[in-house]
Amino acid sequence: MRLLDSIFRPPPSKSAALAKERLQIIVTHERGNRRNSPDYLPALKKELLEVVRKYVPIDQSQVKVHLDREDGYEVLELNITLPEEEQRVTQPRPNDGGA
Amino acid sequence: MATIIVVTSGKGGVGKTTTSASFATGLAQRGYRTVVIDFDVGLRNLDLIMGCERRVVYDFVNVINNEANLNQALIRDKRVENLYILPASQTRDKEALTKEGVERVLNELKVGFDYIVCDSPAGIERGALMALYFADQALVVTNPEVSSVRDSDRILGILASRSLRAEQGDEPVKEHLVLARYAPERADRGDMLSVDDVLEILGIPLLGVIPESQTVLQSSNAGVPVILEDSSEAGAAYSDLVDRFLGKSLPHRFISTQKKGFLQRLFGGS
Ligand SMILES: Nc1ncnc2c1ncn2[C@@H]1O[C@H](COP(=O)(O)OP(=O)(O)O)[C@@H](O)[C@H]1O
Ligand SMILES: [Mg+2]
Repeated sequence: MRLLDSIFRPPPSKSAALAKERLQIIVTHERGNRRNSPDYLPALKKELLEVVRKYVPIDQSQVKVHLDREDGYEVLELNITLPEEEQRVTQPRPNDGGA
Repeated sequence: MATIIVVTSGKGGVGKTTTSASFATGLAQRGYRTVVIDFDVGLRNLDLIMGCERRVVYDFVNVINNEANLNQALIRDKRVENLYILPASQTRDKEALTKEGVERVLNELKVGFDYIVCDSPAGIERGALMALYFADQALVVTNPEVSSVRDSDRILGILASRSLRAEQGDEPVKEHLVLARYAPERADRGDMLSVDDVLEILGIPLLGVIPESQTVLQSSNAGVPVILEDSSEAGAAYSDLVDRFLGKSLPHRFISTQKKGFLQRLFGGS
């Protein structure tokens, strides 16, 4: 039966195997490009938050840091949402206090 | 509070709209209040697939721009209770989908619905980004074909970095693979990527395999979501998919060719 099977069934094509191999290579490469987000991003975000807070009261969700990588270039996107005017005037400037 | 599910893929023509229509219909059939939103601004199509194209008066962008309220824009499905459609606008202005506008509409819908299904346009431009931005879960629709698999992987990267959940450091968007237009006999012959091949490459859980089926074309001709054709393989596959989404564990059907006997193969019986 085995023998007859192999006589009458066409041999499996290698087309899908080739597709899979090519995909694995390209997908691994592209993931490498985008997943290596540099490890300074969380620290950068934290420090940015501290600096802005000296002047305007904001919380963590108002600072967005995003790094995009495409072939050959990188874009660092900073997005800081400030609160409404009224909420701001009550905040003292950091160096006005004391003495 | 509703769960927001985006149906996305990167590549066009893979079955996002077909899946959105059947998935939303299936959820509603099972008693969940469901709304399905067409995010394909300029290329409205979900209305045709759902068979409600002649009842569109106002659209998603009208609601965002406060030219109409949700009650005026939502279309109630005539066949299935609990099912509503929010059609896309035919405007050419892609900027119409603002993040604030989309958020406001979704928040309003969240109150009255259990599930909000977002049918994403192809590509990775604004419409696609807005469709996935607020998502809690994602159905990633993929065909067993190289460019579709690669684009799906790209979309997985975007879900992991550019969604609201990613930006806020919340629990990530829950990903589900929907492998559509699958032809088991071609996979068996080695001409087409198999279910296992795609799973191995994308590495996300499989929610359902939808076979390539004539019935899909016929049902879109008629404006009936294919899940309502319950005697068809594609319809049954979508029903299983919805049940699995809701927590049932069901075996995957329609993924292998029926084992034919030797004589059948020899004489070409089917
Ligand atoms: N399982 C299937 N079998 C056969 N044809 C399908 C299947 N799924 C989708 N199609 C067809 O593929 C085309 C694109 O489907 P659509 O759902 O509009 O894709 P998208 O929204 O991703 O662009 C349509 O003509 C549709 O009828
Ligand atoms: Mg579509």
